[in-house]
Amino acid sequence: MSTRLATGGRLIDRSKPLSFTFDGRSLGGFAGDTLAAALLANDQMLIGRSFKYHRPRGILASGVEEPNALVGLGQGPRFEPDQRTTTTELFAGAATVSQNAWPNLDLDIGALNNLAYRFLPAGFYYKTFMFPRFAWKHLFEPVVRLSAGIGRVPKDRDADRYEQAYDFTDVLVVGGGVAGLAAALAAAKGGQRVLVLEQTAHWGGRAPVDGIAINGMPADAWVAETVASLAALPNVTLRRRTMAAGVYDHGYVVAQEAVADHLPGADLPRHRLWRIRAGRIIAATGAIERPLAFAGNDIPGVMLASAARDYVVNWAVSPGDRTVIVTNNDDAYRTALALHDAGLVVPAILDARAKAAGELPALARARGIRVLEGRGIARVKGGKRVKAVEVCAQAGEGAVLETIACDCVAMSGGFSPVVHLYSQPGGKLVWDAANGMFTPDPARAPTGADGKPFVTCAGAASGALQAADALADAHAAGGGEAAQAPRAEAAAEAPMQPVWMMPQGAPAKLRFKMWLDFQNDVKVSDVQLAAREGYESVEHTKRYTTLGMASDQGKMSNINGLAILSDALGQPIPATGTTTFRPPYAPISFGAIAAEARGEIFQPLRRTPMHDWHAAAGAHWEPVGLWRRPYCYPRGGESHSQAVNREVTNTRQNLGLLDASTLGKILVKGPDAGRFLDMLYTGVMSSLPVGKCRYGLMCSENGFLIDDGVVVRLADDAWLCHTTSGGADRIHAHMEDWLQCEWWDWQVYTANLTEQFAQVAVVGPNARKLLERLGGIDVSKEALPFMAFTEGTLAGIPARIFRISFSGELSYEVAIPASHGLAFWKACLAAGADLGLMPYGTEALHVMRAEKGFIMIGDETDGTVIPQDLGLGWAISKKMPDYLGKRAQERSHMTNPERWKLVGLETLDGSVLPDGVLAPAPGANPNGQRATQGRVTSTYFSPTLGCGIAMGLVRRGPERIGEVLEFVAAGKSIPARICDQVFYDKSGEKQNV
Amino acid sequence: MRRYSVFAVAREALRFHAGWGRAWAAPEPKRKYDVIVVGAGGHGLATAYYLGRNFGIRNVAVLEKGWLGGGNTGRNTTIIRSNYLQDPSAAIYEKARSLFETLSQELNYNVMFSPRGLLMLAQTEHEARGYKRTVHANALQGVQTEYIDAARVKALVPIINIEGPRYPVLGALYQARGGTARHDAVAWAYARACSDMGMDIIQNCEVTGVRSAGGKVQGVDTSRGSIDCDKLAIVVAGNSSVLAEMAGFRLPIESLALQALVSEPIKPAIDVVVMANTVHGYMSQSDKGELVIGGGTDGFNNYTQRGSWHHVEETVRALVETFPIISRLKMMRSWGGIVDMTGDRSPILSATPLGNCFVNCGWGTGGFKSIPGSGWAMAELIAKGAPGPLAAEFGLNRFREGRFIDESVAAGVAH
Ligand SMILES: Cc1cc2nc3c(=O)[nH]c(=O)nc-3n(C[C@H](O)[C@H](O)[C@H](O)COP(=O)(O)OP(=O)(O)OC[C@H]3O[C@@H](n4cnc5c(N)ncnc54)[C@H](O)[C@@H]3O)c2cc1C
Repeated sequence: MSTRLATGGRLIDRSKPLSFTFDGRSLGGFAGDTLAAALLANDQMLIGRSFKYHRPRGILASGVEEPNALVGLGQGPRFEPDQRTTTTELFAGAATVSQNAWPNLDLDIGALNNLAYRFLPAGFYYKTFMFPRFAWKHLFEPVVRLSAGIGRVPKDRDADRYEQAYDFTDVLVVGGGVAGLAAALAAAKGGQRVLVLEQTAHWGGRAPVDGIAINGMPADAWVAETVASLAALPNVTLRRRTMAAGVYDHGYVVAQEAVADHLPGADLPRHRLWRIRAGRIIAATGAIERPLAFAGNDIPGVMLASAARDYVVNWAVSPGDRTVIVTNNDDAYRTALALHDAGLVVPAILDARAKAAGELPALARARGIRVLEGRGIARVKGGKRVKAVEVCAQAGEGAVLETIACDCVAMSGGFSPVVHLYSQPGGKLVWDAANGMFTPDPARAPTGADGKPFVTCAGAASGALQAADALADAHAAGGGEAAQAPRAEAAAEAPMQPVWMMPQGAPAKLRFKMWLDFQNDVKVSDVQLAAREGYESVEHTKRYTTLGMASDQGKMSNINGLAILSDALGQPIPATGTTTFRPPYAPISFGAIAAEARGEIFQPLRRTPMHDWHAAAGAHWEPVGLWRRPYCYPRGGESHSQAVNREVTNTRQNLGLLDASTLGKILVKGPDAGRFLDMLYTGVMSSLPVGKCRYGLMCSENGFLIDDGVVVRLADDAWLCHTTSGGADRIHAHMEDWLQCEWWDWQVYTANLTEQFAQVAVVGPNARKLLERLGGIDVSKEALPFMAFTEGTLAGIPARIFRISFSGELSYEVAIPASHGLAFWKACLAAGADLGLMPYGTEALHVMRAEKGFIMIGDETDGTVIPQDLGLGWAISKKMPDYLGKRAQERSHMTNPERWKLVGLETLDGSVLPDGVLAPAPGANPNGQRATQGRVTSTYFSPTLGCGIAMGLVRRGPERIGEVLEFVAAGKSIPARICDQVFYDKSGEKQNV
Repeated sequence: MRRYSVFAVAREALRFHAGWGRAWAAPEPKRKYDVIVVGAGGHGLATAYYLGRNFGIRNVAVLEKGWLGGGNTGRNTTIIRSNYLQDPSAAIYEKARSLFETLSQELNYNVMFSPRGLLMLAQTEHEARGYKRTVHANALQGVQTEYIDAARVKALVPIINIEGPRYPVLGALYQARGGTARHDAVAWAYARACSDMGMDIIQNCEVTGVRSAGGKVQGVDTSRGSIDCDKLAIVVAGNSSVLAEMAGFRLPIESLALQALVSEPIKPAIDVVVMANTVHGYMSQSDKGELVIGGGTDGFNNYTQRGSWHHVEETVRALVETFPIISRLKMMRSWGGIVDMTGDRSPILSATPLGNCFVNCGWGTGGFKSIPGSGWAMAELIAKGAPGPLAAEFGLNRFREGRFIDESVAAGVAH
């Protein structure tokens, strides 16, 4: 059994006991434990079930590479599936549940798959489940989905908050092991700004566990001293519990800090996502031990040798009473020594190498531990827990030489440098055959804009597996001089010997039980099957077998898998290559990625100065870009449509007030501004007299109408361009695009003033009266005719008045500095009370513009419509030699008389046409689709006319006025007559008064 | 070809699956083929398959610079739908969707087509009107879609937040027979069927030059030597401009990085595909249990197959807001592909200025779903030398004439 040892444990605090639960059972641990350590201390080796066969799964590792020991953690709004127990710090009251087992962990129905394992090899689902055809969706797929998936689905909205932060540094050191610390110190002494990230809560990494001495002191002491000196330097920042997840181009690094995972309920953000810009990155990310592939290597109780050592040394947890070590290298002997020194039994060390003659084997032998050379494991016996191992010759086919009773197997297949952060941005690797590992190729490191490498691996991550080499390497990476490098003393290690399968000649029966990917249940036999079937590329094998696609993303399985694949294909490992390393290094929470952007502040909310007034007036909102505009202001139980009708009628009969502040306002200024606007708009703007307004259309290079609005000449060299509310930023960018990329030598300056001004439309027969009451500017017909502009002081507020109309009524748009917006709005309301003044919203605006036959960008246009389609030829200059879109509009399809053109539409019964309906034409097109001849672009109930009105695009529309078309909605035909699109005040008397 | 079936699997189980042969052969290139298809993505392989199936042209090679299916075909989020607005798009995507319905049976390879239903959320009045328009258009095009209200959206997707304070869900465009399929399997299934017809699929064979004489294509130079052909089809997605340059013409294509990502696997959480175009993100769940998530392209051209981080953030923000329960799940992996974007966001299936050289590209962010239909139409174009009705509107000359088929109209994000 696994249990807590009476003494030891460098990371736990025995004075602080903590209780927690696993599947409802109450268990105890200590502060400093990981969940995995605490579970092991309670003899809970069985943690969950695997993906495909629902095999029992225990604890394999002690860090971020763990594929098996995942649990559901927390409750209600703090429940989280797939939590890695090996990286979760224990906290009081932690509630954990096992995963992928039903009805419970010990008795799991899904484990029936395990009996049928021979019928369910890699990719069996590609060859089956095809008949009957409907069965995939209705029968097979639901079953597959239910049995896969591992973690439970959270039910509630997350109770925690998250935040994001930026950091900038000359040197980013990732990894706070001894190599990272040495590199950081060297870089810091060189005067550079240094940031050090460590994913766990502790500095020092593996060295203290491995019993290494540095500069004559125990590793722990050296680590403490070095961290203290780093902390004292002003140019160094140290962050623990912070994992670098991804390295992007130009030294951009994303890291996740677990701020409060171990302090649930504290008034802190749970995670903080760091976005770091680093001049250079030193990845001192260490190396991860590899499992060995022998039959039954997935049975709970089989773990990595380094992990077994971690549990004993760091947390004083014995993984078993009798632990057999199986290895192809010297490092695993350290585990034997650590277990033995903790008073545990190591019945044997099975060393696959023919000779185990180094310093470490000698130490083991000296303690009386049996070392069997040239031996391996034929098979592990046991179900939910290891019972014994059958020993065989590594060079043979698995004949059992002896059986050793044990409850734990500590395995080591060698180490793989953690090259993820180096590889993500494109760093290339080389194969080190002697050590059986891929290491970074310094000649092909990822390079920055200056062509120099910006990620360097240091220490074990660069392949320097021995402590002394690692420190020297890291010190050099930090820019230190060789003579000053810290010196490590550790037992010398003899060479390892790559072992990819145990025993070497294992028959199929054993290969079907050798796990490569523990979570996804991919075995040696699966990779061999993939190779046999022609899935020869490592990417094909991965995808066909799902090797390396589990939540450890191949940290445990990739190298072993591609070695098996290479062997099956009879090619060297480098010819097979690795799969691509992709961010994140280990999973990071969506919560941290989304951070504060939720709910009301999901996106920045742009508010006009009158925003709060609208809210208080009970506005029903409509999102318009990042703005929120009042759709209407329902009063006393009105429905939205009743409110809209009232607002329209009142504006037409009395006076309406619209907050038009969201309208885009772009100032275009400079000696070449006129020339620039002549290119931008289809009409001439350079000839506009100062003080006048002109309606303008903007097209894309392809000729399509992209925006419209009124342009005002403010001064000789200054124009104010109004854009649609949604279009302001896009159009400003469009202007800058042309100015910066094409006409960079034109002297034009643009400024988006949208938020600098509030704008109020005063609309209706009483509009002039209101402005006169406010006083200060002559707004008479003579002084300020239609399409003119003036500025002055209105109601004591500096104001610009544009006499323009989007409703067909007498109308003024008044722009005032944003800070006066609300005051002006209130002044209007106060002065207009007895003039019948009421505010109106966007829907009334739309109805009125439709009644008047004005187009709306996004309704009448959709990226396929040119101004000529909309009867807007009058706004297109015939004289101008060029404007954006002109040439495109001359292409054959654009000038085709068959084009659909804008008309008005009225139903025969006065009803409102449904949105977006089409009118079929006789016959079908060559693809068998019904031919069409028109569609509705805008359709409303007009309270003014008391019936439905619509606009639409119809083939040769303007030539067909009076004709009746049949529109089709949900199979029903609706007849509508083609008419003039102007339904209200055709002569324009109202707006011109 | 050894037929796949549950019985075959059972028989093999008894002998530890030692009897399975290669799914597709690994031949050496011949000196000459009737047709060479460059690019063993879904579109290239489907083109070859329908050349054989529909036109009996079997002396065909598909040349692939890496591993087959390794381009965007093996990187996409597998959304299948045909609820397009414009007639030519609806025609080819619906053809593809309907071929997907029986593809597993036809190719004897389970491509896991899962018509689980697809929703495009309407989160502004404007979007709602746009989707209603699409529904009316689809009805006339023979594509079954409907506009549903927010309550039905909630019933179909219980984990959705329809009351988001910023962009409440107003309704959705629903295609009940839209869904997903297993992307790799689509490539593998076509490859196996092509190989079975005697076609040569040649991997690790990069085309480095196009040879021509008298304005007609003669063959290609490759990393495995020169190969002659009567007709050449360039079907290389993000690399189209590069190949076109070899063939001596230019394409109106920009290559951009598009990213996708997955969560750690969880039990079934969402049974349909949801696209939220206003906030820029979409999500479905794979059969393995991962939430499959995607969003928009990078804003600048590149060929790196990596994207920039802030797009991941934008997408995840959108989905955490739309599906609040995913906040405590984790992103497990992200990746990128290079998508080939045209000005009107519609594909190009066309003859080219070089005689007997044809191009199929421009599927951009949304061409997985079209693979069978595109292959069908492209095979016809190559075999007859002139497009059939499915491809007719997608010729290169549309850019010269201004005859755009603009789909960006209907959706901000198109997948
Ligand atoms: C992240 C992402 C998500 C997507 N999501 C969806 C989705 O949900 N639904 C959807 O319908 N579509 C989606 N797409 C788009 C879809 O993936 C593509 O449109 C489609 O796969 C394109 O297929 P293809 O065969 O044209 O290209 P590819 O699959 O890219 O194939 C082109 C092939 O050409 C090869 N090649 C290139 N140059 C040469 C050369 N010189 N010589 C030989 N071979 C060469 C490449 O190696 C590659 O294998 C997505 C794309 C991405 C990147």
